Amino acid sequence: MPKPRPTASCVPTSNSRLGVSLPPPMEHRQHVIHIWLMLLPALLLLLAFTHWPVVSTLFDSFHSTPKGVRASVWVGLDNYRVMLDDPVFRKALANNLWFAGVTIPLSIGLALVMALWVNERMAGRALLRMAYFTPTVLPMIAVANIWLFFYTPQYGLLEQVSGAMGLPAQNWLGNPTTALGAVTLVAVWKEAGFFMIFYLAALQGMNPSLREAAAIEGASRWTFFRRVQWPLLMPTTVFVLVNAFINGFRMVDHLFVMTRGGPDNASTLLLYYLYEVGFSFWDTAYASAITVVLVAILAGVALLQFFVLDRRVHYQ
Amino acid sequence: MSHTTQQRLAFNEPGWLDTLAAWLLGLLWLLPLVYAVWTAFHPAEFSTRFELSAPLTLNNFRRAWEAAPFARYFFNTTVLTGMILVTQLVISTLAAYAFARFRFRGRNLAFALVLVQLVVMPDLLVVANYKTMAQLGLVDSLLAIGLPYFASAFAIFLLRQTFMSIPKELDDAARVEGAGALQILWRVYVPLARPVYIAFALVSVSFHWNNFLWPLIVTNSVNARPLTVGLQVFSAVDQGIDWSIITAATLLSAAPLLIAFLLFQRQFVQSFMRAGIK
Repeated sequence: MPKPRPTASCVPTSNSRLGVSLPPPMEHRQHVIHIWLMLLPALLLLLAFTHWPVVSTLFDSFHSTPKGVRASVWVGLDNYRVMLDDPVFRKALANNLWFAGVTIPLSIGLALVMALWVNERMAGRALLRMAYFTPTVLPMIAVANIWLFFYTPQYGLLEQVSGAMGLPAQNWLGNPTTALGAVTLVAVWKEAGFFMIFYLAALQGMNPSLREAAAIEGASRWTFFRRVQWPLLMPTTVFVLVNAFINGFRMVDHLFVMTRGGPDNASTLLLYYLYEVGFSFWDTAYASAITVVLVAILAGVALLQFFVLDRRVHYQ
Repeated sequence: MSHTTQQRLAFNEPGWLDTLAAWLLGLLWLLPLVYAVWTAFHPAEFSTRFELSAPLTLNNFRRAWEAAPFARYFFNTTVLTGMILVTQLVISTLAAYAFARFRFRGRNLAFALVLVQLVVMPDLLVVANYKTMAQLGLVDSLLAIGLPYFASAFAIFLLRQTFMSIPKELDDAARVEGAGALQILWRVYVPLARPVYIAFALVSVSFHWNNFLWPLIVTNSVNARPLTVGLQVFSAVDQGIDWSIITAATLLSAAPLLIAFLLFQRQFVQSFMRAGIK
């Protein structure tokens, strides 16, 4: 094998010996300028509204909130110390972990079952698909209004049904033990149909001969699912999982209508608490610290996906 | 042989139990919407009483429309989603093209910087972005709601993938004929990526039509409030909780997307699928 010849840039030129790198040909330089001009709007906007905010949030979280004439001063980790002792923050974090821990597996599980159903030749398949998917296109705020009515004590639909069955009256959203569960259910309802779409797309992309082979082998439906469909759906599951995780920390719109985080913070979530601290109490420094925690959680998940899940998953 | 055929049929056909369960779940999924439609189209006294003889009415919609500036909210949301979509498409088309077709120093770093937004979404950075908007004097404007979303990492990623799959020969052929980079982008790449543009547009419009938290934070008057925020302000005011009016307002604000979805169901579902497969 011939030795690789040094490329042009490695060859010392008279210019580089003088400490000046060789300028690219005129045409090429213009080319590079064009490329960066195409990228410029996107990069500038991202810099201004994604990268800079991350940096400034981190910076603010180590400072105090400016109040009137008192400028903000460096307080080190004080905001984070306050956070550790803040019962509402701890409640919001615990609630959020519970909320994410329930919505993620439940919505993904339901999505998978829905997709397996509507992928088959079933009576009214198109209608079912529509029924499952409809919540996705409805605004969460509007949906929350409807569910609020659903849960209303005394004359809400849920109460009428449970009353007819002779069950005791319940105030689902007003009771600290049921409020979080009630808002979690809404999230599952909203999300399952959305995730179903991705599973459905993957199922439809599967080679039909796999199914025929399994049928000839006499495999049961369960075996076919476990040995063939489920492994092939793995990349989709990872994709859906990451989305479900992000949404688990982002979906708070319904709280504004249904519970306002109450009663007694029983249903508050991190982003909702962040909103309250930042825009009801106007404690921007503390709100920045909460933002840092939220961003850290989501970035952690992204890195985990990138470095662990993606490597373990078998791609076709 | 007949044994195998039978088995294959049984294998493909879901049992009656599946069908029953699927339909029960489907009904459960539609129930809130059906309930809302019932309440909105009947007089208030029937909002929790289900009688088939109950008279139908459009009165609740009329009263909701008069009780809040919904016309203005509709206008704001339409302008907002349109503005965001157009800027997103232009900005990400240019960026995606640069990433897909050119090699240049710093490309990987620039692309990584773009991808950051997939995880650290504008929804989370509300405190810092509010500060920026206040400094720019943009608080309570449609522009302030849209700005953080104009550059979309998702769109750039999606279009880059699409552009990369377009054969380079088409590119070269156009270049031989003397077309410049932008001309090639416009004449070759954009038309070929049409389905992806439609997919992204539907996803973007449904996201921004429904977006709530950031618009709530950055607006404080009817001038800039989109539908979602207007609806929340409207239903939060305790007016003896007239459910029929609130559900009417709720359906009103969801109607454009819902109707579009019912009409173009297939397109919607396929678009969401396409946007999800990377």
